[in-house]
Amino acid sequence: MTIRLNGEPFEIAGPVTISALLAELKIDSRIVAVEHNVVVVKRLQYDTTMIGEGDVIEIVRFVGGG
Amino acid sequence: MTSDPLVIAGRAFNSRLVVGTGKYPSHAVMAEAHRASGADMVTVAVRRVNLTDKSKESLIDFIDRERIFILPNTAGCYTAEDAIRTARLGREVGLSNWVKLEVIGDEQTLFPDNVALLEATRVLVSEGFIVLPYTNDDPVICRKLEEAGAAAVMPLGAPIGSGLGIQNPNNIRIIKDQARVPVIVDAGVGTASDAAIAMELGVDGVLMNTAIALAGDPVAMARAMKLAVEAGRLAYRAGRIPMRPYASASSPLDGRITPVAAAAGGRSGV
Repeated sequence: MTIRLNGEPFEIAGPVTISALLAELKIDSRIVAVEHNVVVVKRLQYDTTMIGEGDVIEIVRFVGGG
Repeated sequence: MTSDPLVIAGRAFNSRLVVGTGKYPSHAVMAEAHRASGADMVTVAVRRVNLTDKSKESLIDFIDRERIFILPNTAGCYTAEDAIRTARLGREVGLSNWVKLEVIGDEQTLFPDNVALLEATRVLVSEGFIVLPYTNDDPVICRKLEEAGAAAVMPLGAPIGSGLGIQNPNNIRIIKDQARVPVIVDAGVGTASDAAIAMELGVDGVLMNTAIALAGDPVAMARAMKLAVEAGRLAYRAGRIPMRPYASASSPLDGRITPVAAAAGGRSGV
């Protein structure tokens, strides 16, 4: 399936959980936050939140800023 | 804890200087500057993970989280909705409910969109956030933000990154006089005297990024800012003398020797 990940099309076998997506991307879930279709996903829900075809995912972290 | 902590929403900070984490030559220099600044709160931005290059070292590893409280910002947001989303994301990364709320209204000046800022403040306060809004040096908007539940108000001294210093000290003073929440001058500081001037106006703290990060020696400037904020605070608390147009002699007028003109009976011998 194709999802929109950080503004770009992304192919992944799905549906998948947020946890599975982060594992696939080799991202440490402790230092990021994830938005699923414009709703922030709580960490505790990463294992149960399913991502489907066409879903919009944003994965963010802290960077330098003022 | 010092005897004069900065208290925001019941949380006490040792330092009245809040610093940023952007634009430093390296993460290592930033960490050293943070130490030199004495700051126990730093701002960070929330941005997309780089999916093609995940090798970049993590900013968080260079922040001493034992000592330093992390304040996520919503920099770069141009609508209330995006600022609210970014605040929610920042809360989820950082596991604190504090946010430095920015809603920008103009690309060149980075002045805030205060209408959207007020709206975003109301929403985030209702969601339990501790909201510290970056705003104009305008006493009226500062009062409205306070009424909307902001935990502090953060008027700019000058445009972000401009280094122009406190452009409207009288407004900053009025904002402080009227506010019942802490006032933090956010943005515009260029050098140490600017920070001292802000503190001498009576504000509760100063937030800066560029003035330290882009200084020739960021670590030395961080120390200068620490001292300036402390000096300005001390001077404010000490109570400065009133300004006056004419001189007021520091040495006693009594007991001076007889002026030469009188002593010599008009003859000049000197």
